Amino acid sequence: MSSLKVTDLNTSFRTDDGIVKAVSGVSFDLQEGHTLGVVGESGSGKSVTFLSVMGLLDPRQAQISGSVQLDGEELLGASPARLRQLRGRRIGMIFQDPMTSLNPVKSIGWQLEEAVLIHHDVSRKEARRRAVEILGQVEIPRAGQRIDDYPHQFSGGMRQRVMIAMALINNPEMLIADEPTTALDVTTQAQILRLMKNLQEEFKMAIVMITHDLGVVAELADDVIVMYGGKVVEQANVDDLFVKPEMPYTWGLLGSLPRLNSTGARLEQIPGQPPSLLNPPSGCPFHPRCEFVMNICREELPVLEPSEQGENHIFRCHLDDESRARIWNQKRAALTAEETAA
Amino acid sequence: MAHFLIRRIFWALFLFLVATIITYLIFWVIPTNPAQLAGGHAASKEFLQSITHRLHLDKPIWVQYYYFLENLVVHGSLGRSFLNQQSVDSIIGKDAPVTASLVFGGAILWLSLSIPVGILSALRPRSLTDRVTMTFVLIGISAHPVWIGLILSFVIGYKLHLTPIAGYCNFWPGAPGAQCEGPVQWAYHMILPWITFMILFAALYVRLIRASVLETMSEDYVRTARAKGASQRRVMIQHVLRNSLLPVVTILGMDLGLALGGAIFTETVFNLPGLGNQVIRAYNANDLPIITGVVVFSTCCVIVFNFIVDVTYGFLDPRIRLSN
Amino acid sequence: MTELLKVEGLEKHFPVTKGLVFQKQVASVKAVDGVSFTLNAGETLGVVGESGCGKSTMARCVARLLEPTGGTLTFEGRDITHLSRNDMRAVRRDMMMVFQDPYASLNPRKRVGFIVGEPLEVHGVGTEKERKRRVQELLEIVGLNPEHYNRFPHEFSGGQRQRIGIARALAINPKLIICDEPVSALDVSVQAQILNLLKDLQDDFGLTYIFIAHDLNVVRHISDRVLVMYLGRAVEIGARDALYVEPKHPYTGALLSAVPIADPQAGRARKQIVLEGDVPNPINQPAACHFHPRCPRFVDGKCNVDTPLLEPVGTSEGHRAACHFPLERWPMTEEEMRDPHLTAPVEAGAPD
Repeated sequence: MSSLKVTDLNTSFRTDDGIVKAVSGVSFDLQEGHTLGVVGESGSGKSVTFLSVMGLLDPRQAQISGSVQLDGEELLGASPARLRQLRGRRIGMIFQDPMTSLNPVKSIGWQLEEAVLIHHDVSRKEARRRAVEILGQVEIPRAGQRIDDYPHQFSGGMRQRVMIAMALINNPEMLIADEPTTALDVTTQAQILRLMKNLQEEFKMAIVMITHDLGVVAELADDVIVMYGGKVVEQANVDDLFVKPEMPYTWGLLGSLPRLNSTGARLEQIPGQPPSLLNPPSGCPFHPRCEFVMNICREELPVLEPSEQGENHIFRCHLDDESRARIWNQKRAALTAEETAA
Repeated sequence: MAHFLIRRIFWALFLFLVATIITYLIFWVIPTNPAQLAGGHAASKEFLQSITHRLHLDKPIWVQYYYFLENLVVHGSLGRSFLNQQSVDSIIGKDAPVTASLVFGGAILWLSLSIPVGILSALRPRSLTDRVTMTFVLIGISAHPVWIGLILSFVIGYKLHLTPIAGYCNFWPGAPGAQCEGPVQWAYHMILPWITFMILFAALYVRLIRASVLETMSEDYVRTARAKGASQRRVMIQHVLRNSLLPVVTILGMDLGLALGGAIFTETVFNLPGLGNQVIRAYNANDLPIITGVVVFSTCCVIVFNFIVDVTYGFLDPRIRLSN
Repeated sequence: MTELLKVEGLEKHFPVTKGLVFQKQVASVKAVDGVSFTLNAGETLGVVGESGCGKSTMARCVARLLEPTGGTLTFEGRDITHLSRNDMRAVRRDMMMVFQDPYASLNPRKRVGFIVGEPLEVHGVGTEKERKRRVQELLEIVGLNPEHYNRFPHEFSGGQRQRIGIARALAINPKLIICDEPVSALDVSVQAQILNLLKDLQDDFGLTYIFIAHDLNVVRHISDRVLVMYLGRAVEIGARDALYVEPKHPYTGALLSAVPIADPQAGRARKQIVLEGDVPNPINQPAACHFHPRCPRFVDGKCNVDTPLLEPVGTSEGHRAACHFPLERWPMTEEEMRDPHLTAPVEAGAPD
């Protein structure tokens, strides 16, 4: 029974230009066997959040505060040795670019065995057996022969499978996937996502899926957090998020998506660009781009409050319930009208 | 892999050919009168004519070149010195080991220094250690080897009497008329030359290694290794070093090849009887065969070392080793 | 509808050489292997495909940034396939390109004013004063502040840089703009802005677009007609609605099925077709139909022996697919697709 409980996580970087507040006050809960989707664009802090959780940031540059509890054990402030024990053993992580994420001068067998040998005191033979086994589980054909090949001898999709194998070889309870399919073709992406779903069932693990692609989130996630400007701006169960989003940024994201059934009408666009983390906007991070901005939005950061659906759906916005419901209904009507017109 | 090797060998031979042609052209064709240079100022007309005939200087250029090449490849000879008729091969054979001992000894020193220092600097970028190191690097690159050599020779050799001021001792005892001999004396005399020679390279390599290690440490696969729970030690040794030192191999090969042609400054300051010193002397005396011989030899060294580097690199990097 | 561009049998083969000393060509990478389509003035042709399909290479060949090794290009009725550089320069006034990477396609050492004005200068349009005015006008058209004329690219965000690239393409009033993945490197919220901008510009200036992308949603949104490429060949082409609602080629169907839907319930309801195997390497092209090793409909003896040609399918005009066994209906699941159809291919215009 494991879970990851993050409370009020803050991460800032000391740079030459000043202090960058990459993550501010992020909290969430990840239950065993569940999939959490983390959606955001550049500068949203979605990747930095989980690099902080894993302890992969350079302590000389990054200042992290808050609480990260894995099964009740506090990770922030834990010794580096303890964090190393957990990384790759109880939490696995895979990254975006499979082309550069593997050491080019070592065979994939060696790299997989390394993952085992770091955490288990077993013979090399045993580590190799385990490596071949997991390569088979990620559907790499002829695993027994390919294990001695080098990364450049595999395609992008295959390399990502190797990465997944490496992250799962020690049977972790949790897999953090940072944009794992962004660099892949769409048919390869479908394969990898299906593989991840199957493995989740097989290994009974929790998955964190960090992505900017709302389609991927809709397909894989049980719960979703939407991040903007280093903060969580909305969090909900996946169905609720797509049916009744409560916050203008989420509306904008959903509205600006070109759809497969679109008629080519003008997309709803969010003006401006994602915020600078060096000089974050005052008050609500989204206010410079929000079409419903009010004076209070510039001054005060709205707190996370639950929606009518309950505690599971929280969001930040100063607009009152009635206005929000009205606006969303209008937008949704526009979207559906387009769909039926198609 | 065999393909790769054969291609490299072909290419090396081709380069050798081109290098010898150009060398020959520069020294034997362009100067006005090789025969005059060979015969000396006081040479009579008949003597000059006999030289011209003997050195094939009356034949067209490509025939001259052919004889030159034939001499070199078939007979292994680079001709004879104009000054004293000594065989150029034997002169080179005598001087090359001196230059080699300077270069290889210096290389071992500079690598032993620059690799740890470079890595340390990369691990603590912008720290005090790093800044101090970089300052020394700047001095090392800017200061001329002659200046360094003279300063060291004066301060440590002359004033402090810690090492000899100049001169060379044979490693192997038994040469006639040698002032000193034997490994200890040899090393003792080489200390200052080694330091002088290696300072510039050490500085350059520290900078190179630091940059390479810094760049490698920010690669994605290093992050992957950390995500697997690898310790810093493991990350450095297994993932960073192997990849970041690859460029060093390439550059080292080139530097060694070039230096073997004669570390002119160091040899001059410390009066070491190596190729550098020899070629300067020959140049001042217009002794064409020796000049040509040393240039051909050093070109060969560069080609050979480049070849070795190519092969080593191909061996170390599986992407090259395994490409079909 | 006037025909602006006609591409016939376009080929781009890259030689593969082998040899110890002297390199001999032993094979070729057929990056583009016989692609044909026509483009009418004012319309947008979307080109979709995955890595290795040759869409970017094809675009560069159309603009003659790469020399085609075969086929013909006819622009405004004129054969431009083998035009000399000088003659081609005049054509280039009417054919411009916008590239994918907003961080790499602008010279970081040049000011924005220079970048946008360069086409004017190259083609000798106007005086310096007039050019400056035009550049400022262009900056405004694409939604940037004309006073930023003197700034450098790094002072702008990704979306803004892409706007600069578009302004540059518009500078000399081209007829055709080839957009090579112009929004792929942008955030989703910015992507919509650029897509809207492109559509507005098309309406305002009567532009024709070739729009290359790998994101099927984006292509659907902006295109009038769509061309699907696989491993150097065109596998399906047709009007947007026809292709997306009733795809005929199994690869098109698989592509559409693979796109994640931003709607959890709809996503759960459908049965996705997941192709096996990797997107193949252009060096090792499968025989006959390139898609046959991954095709759920593969029929041994036919698909790996006879190369299917682009033939009319379905009910919509201009809808063509290169398949011996085009899909009868859509949606289909993978099991349904596997049902072998040994009857003759669907005749042109015949009702389904």
